[in-house]
Amino acid sequence: MAEQPVTVGQSNSGPRNAGQAGALTGGQTADRANPTTGSPGQAETIGPTIVKRNKALSVGPLKASATLGATLAFLGMHRSLPMLHGSQGCTAFGKIFFIQHFREPMPMQTTAMDQVSTIMGGDDAVVEGLATICKKHDPALIGLPTTGLVETQGADIKRAVRQFRSAHPECERVAVVPVASPDYSGCLETGFNAAVRALIDELVPKATAAGTRPGRRQRQVNVLVGSHLTTGDIEHLKDLLERFRLRPVVLPDIADALDGHLAESDYNALTIGGTPLDELATLGDAAATLVIGGSMAGAADLLAERTGVPDHRFPHLMGLDAMDRFIATLAEISAEPVPERIERQRSQLQDAMLDSHFALGQARIALAADADLLVGFTQLLASLGAETVAAVAPTNAPSLRAAVTSEIKIGDLEDLEQLARANGAEVLITNSHGVPTAERLGIPLLRAGFPQFDRVGGWQRQWIGYSGSRQTLFDLANILLGLHKGEIAPYRSRLKQWPEGERDGQAQDPHHGVAAA
Amino acid sequence: MKQKDIAALLDEPACEHNNKGKSGCAKPKPGATAGGCAFDGAQIALLPIGDVAHIVHGSIACAGSAWDNRGSRSTGPSLYKLGMTTDLTEQDVIMGRGEKRLFHSIKQAIDSYDPAAVFVYNTCVPALIGDDVDAVCKAASERWGKPVISVDAAGFYGTKNLGNRIAGETMVKQVCGGREPDPVPPGIERPDFKVHDVSLVGEYNIAGELWHVLPVLDELGLRVLCTLSGDARFHEVQTMHRAEANMMVCSKAMINVARKLEQAFGTPWFEGSFYGVEDMSRALRDFARLLDDPDLSQRTEALIARMEARLDAALEPWRERLRGKRVLLYTGGVKSWSIVSALQDLGMTVVATGTRKSTEDDKARIRALMGDDAVMIEDGNPRNLLDLYWREGADIMVAGGRNQYTALKARIPFLDINQEREYGYAGYDGMLELARQLCLTIESPIWPAVRSVPPWRLAGSAGAGAMTPSTAAAEPPFAQDSTAASAARTGQGQAKRGQDSAAAGASAGAREQRATPPDTTSGTPTQAQTTVEV
Repeated sequence: MAEQPVTVGQSNSGPRNAGQAGALTGGQTADRANPTTGSPGQAETIGPTIVKRNKALSVGPLKASATLGATLAFLGMHRSLPMLHGSQGCTAFGKIFFIQHFREPMPMQTTAMDQVSTIMGGDDAVVEGLATICKKHDPALIGLPTTGLVETQGADIKRAVRQFRSAHPECERVAVVPVASPDYSGCLETGFNAAVRALIDELVPKATAAGTRPGRRQRQVNVLVGSHLTTGDIEHLKDLLERFRLRPVVLPDIADALDGHLAESDYNALTIGGTPLDELATLGDAAATLVIGGSMAGAADLLAERTGVPDHRFPHLMGLDAMDRFIATLAEISAEPVPERIERQRSQLQDAMLDSHFALGQARIALAADADLLVGFTQLLASLGAETVAAVAPTNAPSLRAAVTSEIKIGDLEDLEQLARANGAEVLITNSHGVPTAERLGIPLLRAGFPQFDRVGGWQRQWIGYSGSRQTLFDLANILLGLHKGEIAPYRSRLKQWPEGERDGQAQDPHHGVAAA
Repeated sequence: MKQKDIAALLDEPACEHNNKGKSGCAKPKPGATAGGCAFDGAQIALLPIGDVAHIVHGSIACAGSAWDNRGSRSTGPSLYKLGMTTDLTEQDVIMGRGEKRLFHSIKQAIDSYDPAAVFVYNTCVPALIGDDVDAVCKAASERWGKPVISVDAAGFYGTKNLGNRIAGETMVKQVCGGREPDPVPPGIERPDFKVHDVSLVGEYNIAGELWHVLPVLDELGLRVLCTLSGDARFHEVQTMHRAEANMMVCSKAMINVARKLEQAFGTPWFEGSFYGVEDMSRALRDFARLLDDPDLSQRTEALIARMEARLDAALEPWRERLRGKRVLLYTGGVKSWSIVSALQDLGMTVVATGTRKSTEDDKARIRALMGDDAVMIEDGNPRNLLDLYWREGADIMVAGGRNQYTALKARIPFLDINQEREYGYAGYDGMLELARQLCLTIESPIWPAVRSVPPWRLAGSAGAGAMTPSTAAAEPPFAQDSTAASAARTGQGQAKRGQDSAAAGASAGAREQRATPPDTTSGTPTQAQTTVEV
């Protein structure tokens, strides 16, 4: 057990699991960061200083709601339709948010709380909504994230679902998974984890009850993916596992649902891909579980407790160190040698590090993102000698301790702008809302995270793996090369023998435009 | 906001829905509802006021997923694009710190950005815990000497439509009449050229389309005191009461504003649209009529004649390309008649149009334009729209952004006509843009390719090696049409098309590549299975 990664067995008790999760997000990743920063070890084990929100008004919000995070997780399930328990605007806004990002139709419904149900209780709206969806669309799953409105009201969502079950036995086949995800707490990342945890809680049976046994399916590996992974990232993950002759079961598989493909039929009211519901019953037979993202600890703990399947946790998969650990783990689980193709990709990343370290070394980066993405970027940047001089996260998270930067502000894009300006950032990394921020700062922007509404295909970009990290380095290096740093301003000596036309200093290059003429 | 105030807003005598059982604000059905909430409506209606700090008082979902995602343009200030929210946390809710946070937020916004005014939008959570937003705004206004306007339109009050009305009501009650208009700049008015003040209610300058209209109004001497709310400033809204005539642009959502301004200040108003040559000209004539200035009428007629002649010539090449093309139009309702006439101006045939929000009057207008057998779409769910599309043999779907991916996923040409769109179609010049965009998608070379099945999956593909993807594309695009129902639908579509091409002739060749509907009955999504390749 001294070996990394942390392996959680069935015999482990709850508190011990929790302790290990903590150790993972803190200490373990911190000592990975040490060699890359060159700073003394003590500072890193403590992690960056977290500066809490200290102003009343949020300007240029960075945060997307936990409700949306939960919705996104449900959208990664096959034949699913999330119904947000709140007023209809909660769904309408969320729908536009995801449609603009993914450029896909988004199956989402609402309990459409109005004045009466808000005051008198919304249980009837939940029952009516669930029954309506079952009758109209016959989904495999209805995810039921709550909003700030109904949590403030004190809705007991589980009771409402029980009420639905007794009133509508004919809808028995449809799984319903409620999750508390009020938007006044947490952010997209935490809501996503909460929904995955709820999926496991509702639909993954206890090993003792279901008779599942870790390793019965020798080649199956469960993969719990965090919300920071794009569809391209998840596709790459599946590729990697398949190269080791492993069978990945991804939860939730947004890459299969929201990858932007055309279905056979012309219209679907439900998700057209994603993790099939019946796969959840097989999670307990898998040989191992891979957990990507520190934010997924809660879901991972529950899955380990339920099934006893040993898990391997990774805060992120950006950069050489993170990937080495991941690939070594795959080799161990599969008992296969690392395929040559992957070793080649590793070597390509090493080469890219050589090529790009001139541009990236000492580069000053401003970064705003949810915790997992932020941690991954700071570690990748640090591994090239670039410095994260401004870091903003929407909410505090234990995993932030692993970020390689001196200070993280819990805040918004206004905070990011002020920090970036004060600390002389040269490049900004955040979502599409950062466009005006970058314009005001006069520095280039690399778009990452949610939402990306002003570009086509941002949602599918692959950031992880040796190959994704390589492309990220190239792109960042190219952005920095475009800044022409270190260029020396021309000095005009008054003693130089200037040709007649150049003496006044205003003259044009006499050869300029010759070719055109 | 009190229940009786909401009831009063829902009772809108100027709206014809009032007389029917169906209200624009009918109770939405859980599990089968689309569209925004009251907060959404209020924010959309007012957000384009550029120099105001728009603070959303609530938890993050209300502002966090919605700031700066609409296409309303400004000539100057960008303050309206800066998302501001009190971002209430769990502690704020439990400890009742919302009001205090709001008060400090207003101060922070004033200190940091010196806005012309602050608008505070109430939302569900603070409305439920009973934050007295009105009182906080009043206190803040007195304390810092800035107008601080409370817009009390929490999401659960009702639909987007109600939110529009609340927003309009708030402007009429709290902002209009705040100051007198500036004098007309010197050197513009002459004895034979009088400047008239007008207002445009419900014009949002989406994609800057107001800038296609303003030059024409300027030329006629119509000074727009205020648009509610595209490219508006707070001090313009304050002078709205002095307009000599108001135009309700395209939408009945803020009809209460026009009616109340009429009641309070006697301002006459009309409902009109800037879409399409005919409606654009009619709007100008309506202004001239209400302003009752013979000289203006004369100049208006001259301008219309000149503009229409110029545009007619400019549109001719586009008409040749678009003539006879069949359009399925679904705007959700109110603007239908306006867009119908614009599309007809281009020589296109509108085969069906949405009337979900239309009044009887709107429908009569549609019938007058499209004939008595016009197909009116009451239920615009995606399945219905697509079925109609295939049945009517349409060439393009023109609808709101919400249906964009309904169309694209069914591999059919699409044009976005609602507020998230990226191009402006209003005014005479907007018609050219509309024509260009229609051609761009209809004539795109992608359609055969995106409808094609892989050559190796075609039946009897012994010689598949010789079959290029583009020849494959002429085949039915999806799985084989096997059911009688869909065959019948196709047949019907063909028949309609037959009549149509007899009339229009020219584009018959292009028809061959039109999509036929997929077999929807067997359209179960393929199971996602990830298996190990050994």
